[in-house]
Amino acid sequence: MMRIKKRSVIPGFGLSVGFALTYLSVIILLPLAATFIKTADLSWTQFWSAVTSDRVLASYKVTFGASLAAALFNMPCGLMLAWVLVRYDFVGRRVVDALVDLPFALPTAVAGISLTSLYSTNGLFGKLLEPIGIKVAYTPIGIWVALTFIGLPFVVRTVQPVLQELEPEIEEASATLGASRLQTIRRVVLPGLMPSVLTGFTLAFARAIGEYGSVVFISGNMPMRTEITPLLIITKLEQYEYAEATALAVVMLVISFALLLFIQIVQGRLQRRLGT
Amino acid sequence: MKLTTIFGTIATVAAIAFPAAAKDHTLLNVSYDPTRELYVEYNKVFTKYWKDKTGDTVIVQQSHGGAGKQARAVIDGLEADVVTLALAYDIDAIAERTGRIPANWQSRLPNNSAPYTSTIVFLVRKGNPKGIKDWDDLVKPGVSVITPNPKTSGGARWNFLAAWAYAKKQYGSDEKAKEFVTKLYKNVPVLDSGARGSTITFVQRGIGDVFLSWENEAFLALNELGAGKFEIVVPSLSILAEPPVTVVDKTAKKKGNLEVAQAYLEHLYSSEAQRIIAKHYYRPFKPEDADPADLKRFPKLELVTVDEEFGGWQKAQKTHFADGGTFDQIYKP
Repeated sequence: MMRIKKRSVIPGFGLSVGFALTYLSVIILLPLAATFIKTADLSWTQFWSAVTSDRVLASYKVTFGASLAAALFNMPCGLMLAWVLVRYDFVGRRVVDALVDLPFALPTAVAGISLTSLYSTNGLFGKLLEPIGIKVAYTPIGIWVALTFIGLPFVVRTVQPVLQELEPEIEEASATLGASRLQTIRRVVLPGLMPSVLTGFTLAFARAIGEYGSVVFISGNMPMRTEITPLLIITKLEQYEYAEATALAVVMLVISFALLLFIQIVQGRLQRRLGT
Repeated sequence: MKLTTIFGTIATVAAIAFPAAAKDHTLLNVSYDPTRELYVEYNKVFTKYWKDKTGDTVIVQQSHGGAGKQARAVIDGLEADVVTLALAYDIDAIAERTGRIPANWQSRLPNNSAPYTSTIVFLVRKGNPKGIKDWDDLVKPGVSVITPNPKTSGGARWNFLAAWAYAKKQYGSDEKAKEFVTKLYKNVPVLDSGARGSTITFVQRGIGDVFLSWENEAFLALNELGAGKFEIVVPSLSILAEPPVTVVDKTAKKKGNLEVAQAYLEHLYSSEAQRIIAKHYYRPFKPEDADPADLKRFPKLELVTVDEEFGGWQKAQKTHFADGGTFDQIYKP
């Protein structure tokens, strides 16, 4: 990323990179470094037993599983929503467009509490779902619902500008050259969109992993079943076990970073192969 | 730290709005959730008392939240002159980690520094459809119990210990008590992270048959949250909750508030304060000062203390709530 691809007409490479790195260090790296340093209070065995106890392992499964499921679900749905917003003009389009951003703005606790009231057994949706044997609030499904809610705007907002660039004429050209509708979508539309969809997925996924406020209300926080890792971090803090809490944070950081890096690499490959 | 910022701003605004008439004091009282209404009224009384006595003006600022979170805020630098929290354990943590409170703080004021006490009672739905009378009814199949997670909520630790104390007395051993409590928590469908969350689950969502609650919160719920929808059931035995208060010496001294901060807490033991305490559903340390009509609301029951029954908070915390403690063992697969 740091290679200069072409000589830019605007000078000041050194200055701007210097600024970027300093900014990144102060805003992101320093707090992260502090986290790592804090865990140094623990010996290796303490660290290991803190981050691999049964309850903690169960919470990784819940957190990463639900986050992945939510981000995967948001991928096609977000794409569809972006498509509708860009390609069609209808009454109230602007309102719908603005609605997409709401999960960004709403305090997460508010989102969590409203979703819980809707999906708990005496709530509007919960009442309808219970007779058919589906329980949402206080189960992993509830966590997934909350994470889907907060992740949606990430996919829509990353795909939207790219979609706007993709001119409908290209689709028409593809059609005149004899491609079927499915072929047009598969060979023309999707390749152009894939990188941005993947970015949206990554952002939604990353956000979901760290989400706390909306989840704790709907999850029910049952040990081994619906406890997310961020809740365990808070639990440790409540017991004044600062070092153990940061140990969990470090593990989450490392896993998240590895996943993000992996997706970044996949995306790079994809982009090169598609020649965009 | 958001709270710190907020109070920083308030303090700055206050400093501008009330310029240095030499003897103005601004006290910060960092407290836990259910004391909100109590201190609103007490602060008015104390301000007047101090004005009459010394001619100085005191403005008391309040901060409320979960007890553990509040203690952490003080540890991380929130400049509280006094702390009035739910557990001695939380004040111990401040003393130990900041050195701003002497280790013997709990012996400085009468009654282990607890000017008011409370206990844990049951809140049930109107008419008590499941016929709940005592702790034994909570472990029956089909009864659903609402209580917050003791790992994240101070109040929930009182609940846990109350159940334990009952079972130990009834069935004779710690082994049996553990069995009993395990059975009880199998009946808990949701573990909210704080007491207020549990109240919402029980009152608003309609989940659960019994809600384990602070006595004062149970009364509040009766009067304010859902009039005529709930009833209080008092078990045969419960725990004596002693929410302690203390001055944060070094902070108060630095702010020039030491004297007024001490007076603020001592005055909690005065007869006018004890009256207010009983009015707000806390059990007063000196019942003789309270309105007899208020006292009548408190049912008589056997109360055990954490010190006698569990050897103090430090020990109770370690045995039951630390990692691998009895609470964790309940959920071991």
